[in-house]
This record gives sequence, structure tokens and C-alpha cells, in this order.
Amino acid sequence: MRYVDKTVIGLTIAFLVLLALNFVLAEWMRFIGLQSLARGAVALGLLVLWRSGLVSFGHALYFGFGAYTTVMLSLAGFTDAFVLVFAATVMSGLLAFVLGFLLRRYRAIFFALLNMAFSMILYGVVVKSEALGSTDGFGVHKPTFLGYAPEGEAVQTTLFLFALVFTYIITVATHIYLHTTLGSMSMAVRENEIRVEYLGYSAEKVIHLKYVFSGLVAGFGGGIMALAVGHVDPDSMANWTVSGEFVFITILSGTGSVAATYIGALVFELIRTYAFEYAPHIWQFILGGSLLAIIMFLPDGIWSLVKRVRKVEA
Amino acid sequence: MIQEIVTIIVDGLVYSSYLFMVAVGLTVIFGVMKILNVTHGSFYAFGAYLAATLVGIYYETDLPEFGGFLMLFAAAIAVGVFFGIVLERGLLRFLYHRDEHIIVLATFAMFLVLEDVIILIWGVDPYFAYQPMALLGSTEIVGMPFDTYSLTMIGLAVVVGIVLWLGLTRTKWGKLLLAVIYDRELAQTMGINVTVVFLVTFIIGAMLGALGGAYVAPTISVSPGVGVEVIVLAFAVVVIGGMGSIPGAMIGSLVVGLARAAAVHKFPEVELFVIYAIMAAVLAFRPEGLFAPAKARKI
Repeated sequence: MRYVDKTVIGLTIAFLVLLALNFVLAEWMRFIGLQSLARGAVALGLLVLWRSGLVSFGHALYFGFGAYTTVMLSLAGFTDAFVLVFAATVMSGLLAFVLGFLLRRYRAIFFALLNMAFSMILYGVVVKSEALGSTDGFGVHKPTFLGYAPEGEAVQTTLFLFALVFTYIITVATHIYLHTTLGSMSMAVRENEIRVEYLGYSAEKVIHLKYVFSGLVAGFGGGIMALAVGHVDPDSMANWTVSGEFVFITILSGTGSVAATYIGALVFELIRTYAFEYAPHIWQFILGGSLLAIIMFLPDGIWSLVKRVRKVEA
Repeated sequence: MIQEIVTIIVDGLVYSSYLFMVAVGLTVIFGVMKILNVTHGSFYAFGAYLAATLVGIYYETDLPEFGGFLMLFAAAIAVGVFFGIVLERGLLRFLYHRDEHIIVLATFAMFLVLEDVIILIWGVDPYFAYQPMALLGSTEIVGMPFDTYSLTMIGLAVVVGIVLWLGLTRTKWGKLLLAVIYDRELAQTMGINVTVVFLVTFIIGAMLGALGGAYVAPTISVSPGVGVEVIVLAFAVVVIGGMGSIPGAMIGSLVVGLARAAAVHKFPEVELFVIYAIMAAVLAFRPEGLFAPAKARKI
């Protein structure tokens, strides 16, 4: 169990450092941090799925569903971030629970594509529906936090604190879960599903559970993203390219550690922000190029760099 | 009433035809190489842009007017050969041993890269290549005018479909291809040069994607992002019909094309919803698609 403790300690240290940094970070850095936490949460869900060999090309569905839940509630007059993000998480989780009954029977490319089909249904509905803001989307009202209504920069600071605390809890919980028997089943399912069934476990149930989890965290990410950006629109929240970006982050991070997803998300966000800032015409070029470079030269993601360093030390 | 039905059917067929050209390229590549090629959307976009450019240049000369059509095919062939060779030799061959999801993601990365290459070459302003369409005028069907050019698309799709089908079932090359599809390793041991088969397949697939873009270019305004929508639609078509099946691509594009045309005319707000709902429904009840080729069971 020593390894478990190490990761939890690492996460806790990172959490405390970020907590302190929150008060000194420039506003744009905090914004990048918030987006990284949101996307990292989605990637965390994808990592859990990937452990059992499943890749979803449609998690923009849950991300977008969470974001739209948040914005619709916000427009309906709910301003409390706890309510909004909780609702986003639960609604996406419910959706994943329902669709999970179907999706848990699928593997490989069929799983990936069926997810994409569902996410494009959401996209198609949103784009064509005036009531859901069509292609322009909606602005989100300024959130409050349990009655505390911050103004100006304090909004982002509080939101970052809020996102950080919940991300920390979710991530540690995920880490612990992955080291339980049920968590270890993922690898078994990936390697040989039939054997898992013979051992008395239901591979489909294992997958369904993971799927619901990935839906929950993607909804959480979507809720945070909606509050952080202050605007929700279909092309940046629910289109298939968004799903592609999530898989991108998962590959960037590697499946080695739960902490890696946030580092991956941060690297992704930095590449994106800087590429957009300094080379607005070729930011996709740079993004795609980095992804190709990772696939070709760093097949196990950024986390493999950490492992390499560790090996040298040992 | 009858006019409305005819409009839906003709519009649907035209739309199906262009979807078929794009999707059949995707399905051929998937059938042979087992690669779900997201870059196909870029082939389509490049085909459209190059066609628009070539047509524009052509009509500034005094050459015969109908030669403009040759430019469309020239664009498709040029894009197919160039990107086919560059991508297969330069990127994909290094990834064949990797996980299938990784390959999809690599083609997604390439798609992102090429999206910006298009902007670097052609800028962000739209291009128009209306001349071939203006040239053919319109045809009346039950008193309704339709672009003759769009109607020729149906003919082209039929020709493409027949040529591919004959090529696959009636030629030596087609037999070799089927052998590779059936069992790649065994085909290799029998002396089939799989490397060449893969390269040629990829070039043909790329050409078809580019042809879809090139032939549709005169009917649309060619602007950044045209590939984004097409590629997911082509996915839907291929999934509905069965991945790797040419008749499947035909049925899939008919289903999607007609459903979309009906939606556009009757309930425009469900246009996209309908397509992906069908895709999800087909996957739910027949995950292999309607016309999936029978798989050899390996022991």
C-alpha cells in the first residue's frame, strides 16, 4: 500500500500548494488553472474507462450536458455554485446510468462510435433549438457560494477554491477506488473478459459502474467549465472535436496515474492558450502537431517521463 | 403534395450521392486497413478548395467551357495521390502495430493540423466555383426546377459505386484486396505485397473523399470548417451501413440523405438529431451495421 500513500501525499501537497497559489496567481493563470481542472476531471473519467480498454469519442455529451444543466439552472435563477455544479454532476451521471445499460454491451470501436453518436444527438438538438440557445449559446450569471456573493476578481478566486476542493476529493477517491478489488477488475476486463466472468464477476457491471463514474466527473467538469468561462455554446462544449480533445488529454497524460490527467490537462491548456495567443492562425496546427509528437515519441504519455526519472534515481 | 415528395426524394438523392462518395472512401480504407480515418474530412476539404481554385483559374482562360469539369476530377486525383502517399508513408505505417484508438487519434491530430494548413494556404475568406453549376442550368421535374449539376451528382455516385464494386469482385486486384481484408497475415505469406495494397487502398480512399469535396464545391461556398461536419456524417453513414462494406455505404448514405432531406423540408429543427438518432438506433440493434461483411472466425 506504500504506492497508494505516495500518490495521495503527492496530491495533497499539490492541493495545498495550489490553494496557497490561488491568492497570488494572476487572473489569466487562474483561468487556465480552472479550465485545466475542468478538463482534467473529464480526462479522469476517460482514464478510468481506458483502464478497461474502452475509449469514448463522445464524452462531450456529459461535459456538454453538465454545462447546459448549469446554464439552464443559472438562467432559471439558481446562482449557488454548489447547487449548479452538483446538479450538473448528478444529471450527467443519471444520463450515463441510463445510456450505460446499452453501452456496457459494446467494446472497441463500436463503444467509441456509439458514444459519438449520442454526443452528436445532443449537439444536433442544441444547435437546432432556440430554447437551448442554438449556435450562440447562453451567458451564465455570476455564481454565489452558499450565500457569499463575491464581486470582481474574487469570483474567480472563490470558484478556483471551490473547484480545487472538489477535484481533490474526486481524484483521491478515484485513486483509492482504482486500488480496490473492483478497481483492479478494470485491467482484468481489458485483458480477458471471459475469465473475469468465470471468476464470478460481471464484466458488464464493472464497465457500467465505470461509465457512470466517467459521466459524473464529466458533468462536474462541464459545470465548472460553464462557471469559469461564463458562457456555454454547442461548438465549444458539445461538438465531436471537444470529445477528441478529451481523448487527446488522456493520451497526453498516459494512464499511469490519476494525477497525470491534471498535468496533461494543464499542458493541453497551456499549448492551446499560447498557440492561440501567439499564432492564432495555426493553433490547431500546433495542437495537432503536439498530439502527433506525443503519439510517436512518448507513447505512454507525460507520466512516463516521471517514471523514467524515478527509474534513474533508483 | 406530389411536388413536395418529389423535392424531398430528389434533394435526398443528391445529398446521398455526395455522402456516398465521401463515405465509400472511408469505408474502403476501414475495410482494408482497419483504420477509422478522421483525416478523411481534410481530404474532402482539400478537394473542395483545390477544385474551387482550379475552376477559378480555368474560367479566366479562353478554353472550352465544359473543361471546367475536368478540373474537378484533376483536383480530386491530385489531392488523393499527394495526401495518400504523404500520410500513409509518412505517418500511418509507423502506427500499424499500435492500438486502434491511438490510430484514430493520430488521424484526428492530422485533421487538426490540416485544418490550419488550409487556412494558411487559402485564408479564411470563402471561395466560390459556381461556373460548372451555372453552365448546366436547371431541369424541370414535375414542374419543379432542380439544378442539373446537382442531378449529375447522382449519376456520378452510381458510376463510382459500380466501378468500385466491379473492381472489387471482377478483377485480380479486387481478389487480392479481398484476401487482405479476410486475413492480412495469411495474404502476406501467400506473397501478396500488403505494403503496396495498403498504399494503393489509401490513395483510392483519399481520392474518393477529395472527389466528394471537389464535386460538391460548385454548389457550396467553400470556407474553413467544411470538413468538420462532413466527417461525422460520413461516420454515421459508414456505421449505419456496416463498416467496410460498399453496399453498406450506399444504403447508409441513402438512409441518411433521405432522412435529412425529409427533416429539412418537414421539421428543420430535428435535421441533425434524426441522422445521429438513426446511427445510435442502428448501433443499438445491429452493432455491426446493416450490411456488415461476414467476418471470418479465427481460431
